[in-house]
Amino acid sequence: MKSKVKFGIGAGIIIVTLSCLAYVGAQQSKTYYHTISEIPTLSGAALHQRLRVAGDVKAGSIQHLSGHVDFVLLEQGKGLPVSYVGTDPLPDTFKDGAQCLVEGKVTPDGRFVAETLQAKCASKYEAAPGQAQPAAPAAYSSDPKSKS
Amino acid sequence: MDLFGSYALLLAFALAIYAIAGGIAAVITRRPLLIKSARNAGFAVCALIWLGFASLVYLFFTNNYAMAYVAEHSNRNLPALYKFSAVWSGQEGSLLFWSFLLSIYVFSALFAYRGKHPELMPYVGVVLASVQLFFLTLNNFVASPFKVLALPGVGGVLHLASQTDGHGLNPLLQYPEMVIHPPVLYSGYTGFTIPFAFAMAALIGRYPGEKWIHLTRKWTMIAWCFQSAGILLGAHWAYAVLGWGGYWAWDPVENASLMPWLTGTAFLHSVMMQEKRGMMRVWNVWLVFTTFLLVIFGTFLTRSGVVSSVHAFAQSSIGTWFVGFLIIIISACLIAFLKNRDYLRSDNQLDSMISRESSFLFNNLILLVACVAVLSGTLFPVLSEAIRGTKISVGPPFFNRVNIPIAMFLLFLTGVGPLLAWRKTSMESLRRNFGWPLAGGVATAVVALAFGLREFYVTLCLMLSGFVTFTVFSEFFRGARVISARTGSNLFSSAAQLTMRNTRRYGGYVIHFGMVLVFIGISGQAFNQDKQMDMAPGSVMAIGPYTLHLQNFDSDQQPNYSSERATIDVDKGGKSVMMLYPQRRFYPSNEESGTMVAISSTLKEDLYVVYAGRSPDSGVPVIHAYLNPLVKWIWLGGLVVVLGTILALLPNRQAVMVLSPATEGSPVSSGDGMQPARASISARSQLPKDNA
Repeated sequence: MKSKVKFGIGAGIIIVTLSCLAYVGAQQSKTYYHTISEIPTLSGAALHQRLRVAGDVKAGSIQHLSGHVDFVLLEQGKGLPVSYVGTDPLPDTFKDGAQCLVEGKVTPDGRFVAETLQAKCASKYEAAPGQAQPAAPAAYSSDPKSKS
Repeated sequence: MDLFGSYALLLAFALAIYAIAGGIAAVITRRPLLIKSARNAGFAVCALIWLGFASLVYLFFTNNYAMAYVAEHSNRNLPALYKFSAVWSGQEGSLLFWSFLLSIYVFSALFAYRGKHPELMPYVGVVLASVQLFFLTLNNFVASPFKVLALPGVGGVLHLASQTDGHGLNPLLQYPEMVIHPPVLYSGYTGFTIPFAFAMAALIGRYPGEKWIHLTRKWTMIAWCFQSAGILLGAHWAYAVLGWGGYWAWDPVENASLMPWLTGTAFLHSVMMQEKRGMMRVWNVWLVFTTFLLVIFGTFLTRSGVVSSVHAFAQSSIGTWFVGFLIIIISACLIAFLKNRDYLRSDNQLDSMISRESSFLFNNLILLVACVAVLSGTLFPVLSEAIRGTKISVGPPFFNRVNIPIAMFLLFLTGVGPLLAWRKTSMESLRRNFGWPLAGGVATAVVALAFGLREFYVTLCLMLSGFVTFTVFSEFFRGARVISARTGSNLFSSAAQLTMRNTRRYGGYVIHFGMVLVFIGISGQAFNQDKQMDMAPGSVMAIGPYTLHLQNFDSDQQPNYSSERATIDVDKGGKSVMMLYPQRRFYPSNEESGTMVAISSTLKEDLYVVYAGRSPDSGVPVIHAYLNPLVKWIWLGGLVVVLGTILALLPNRQAVMVLSPATEGSPVSSGDGMQPARASISARSQLPKDNA
């Protein structure tokens, strides 16, 4: 019986320690999902969190500037100006009309500064009749590092 | 002819229902003919699934673009090898592939035990056929790969249509590894169905003794071996193809494959507690159940679009089916357990904290905690939305913070466990057994510190790696010395003899050593460097000891793709050591592009060069170079793990009868699985028992 208690104590210590580490890790890396229409409604602490936003790239809005790429992300008629400042080159799938997923922060003037960007071609097989959607194992073609 | 496969699958579906119904009737009536009939139905289901799969492969190789699935995933110019892998590159085909691999396992299990265990096998057959029935339902009615293309004509009438060429295979999958990675990983996933069926069968049938656990262990090891190899092949594919310089990103799909591996590993250890001491029966049954649940859950995660992932399949309604199936399995497990839990009572209790048992308990605890952490991190967006209404995801820092300490603790237990005795370990044996390994570990740490290593976890990892390596080798050495003293053969051939006499134990040590190599390789990550530059011809980039000279860049036209390629001359110490040709390919059939990373790999480090595209400003190639130390150790370690598992699966060779008196500390003749060198009795007449 005594050994069982000892094992219980050991197990308890391990679980508590790891839970603390998990909590710290979660605080460090958590990213909030928001829609474009939600962003203007954010206030206070929510504005300083790391955000993840999805939308379509507005046709003709992509501007390659030195050090960053600017474009507008559209979702249900609402636009969000985005500056991509990440170090990784843009994926080839990033073009007008592509579905795009960005992670980063909002600046006070309402611009979204993205550190990572993933893009997926707008479903281009839709014209093909009588079939399911393309089930490509790489739904988003970009680097998995985007979460680091 | 096009639809031959779909008829085969329909028939398989019907026969699977018969195999279940007939099997249940056989269990109740115990009529030998009925038992035989249900089993034969099981064989027939498998054979029909093989026919269905073969017919899909045939459609791919005959370029039948009247079939929607073929048109979607292949094209005429696709090389034959990739036509084969295209078969399982989409949702429908990969689910049929699941059924196909499962049917190979089912057939083998039914065939291997066809005349044996009449109290157990009918139950096993029913469970296996039920799992097959679920996947056959998907193959036939939810995600059939045998749909034909059709166009709406006048008055909404559909007409058969055909395309002259297909859309082609996703370029990320046009890589040799992608031909073997999915089959290997799926063989791991599907393989865990067999232990599940045995555990369920033993529990429902209240099969006496530990026989089922002996039977299950081998199948678990086979599945585990495939799962380990599959995970590492996937990591290697991500490393070589995705071009981001890493091999593991805690992506949901990666996590999905890791979770059943963790619980499967826990089971392979705790199973020894049940075999030797009659403990942990409840725990083991639940570990097997959980592993299978995680397998189905992982398949669900990959296909349902619940969490977004780099390589998840497109979102579809198939998730509902999986959720339903998961609920059915959980209920079945709970009911079977609650009705029969008295069957699982333990014979023994934990005697001491410093014992083999407690090391296994901690090993299991820690593997389970790792699994829970990975699971909760993966499902964080889903959980946070359900609890707090906001979708939040967590990234690698979360997973690393929890799993790195867990990995270190596991490494520690890997070194300690084999040195501890069952029940209780005396101080004297502790001193005797731990001396060398401990000294080895400390020496490794001292050397690492002397070389200027200051990273806490890396130093700890190396120290523990040294400790485990010394444990493994001292176990081989002690055993081999005893054999050598008796037979006069040299230490190496004695070690080989020793291994063959107790393959399970020494194969296990080889696996431990392989894991050490993997851990060393992973720890190299702390010293990764990378650099990115726009490089016009003639420009130079320095990274670590290497200097990269971009000589020129050109483009090339192949039937299936066009490519842009940079030619880079690599210097080390002022001397040209090699040429690297990183490429970027464009596949016109599906308007996608892929990266061919140029990797120069040595035991010390990998030089990893990516052609990242053209700079939008200047039009010159953007070259991203990475210097990743020790990565090769991971792949080597994986190879050692696989070899160790194969070794452990081999039957023991009977030892020659030894007539000389037993000497102190002869692990050879203890015949007792993973017992440390303690036993001195029983050596004279007893042959090592077959543990399998």
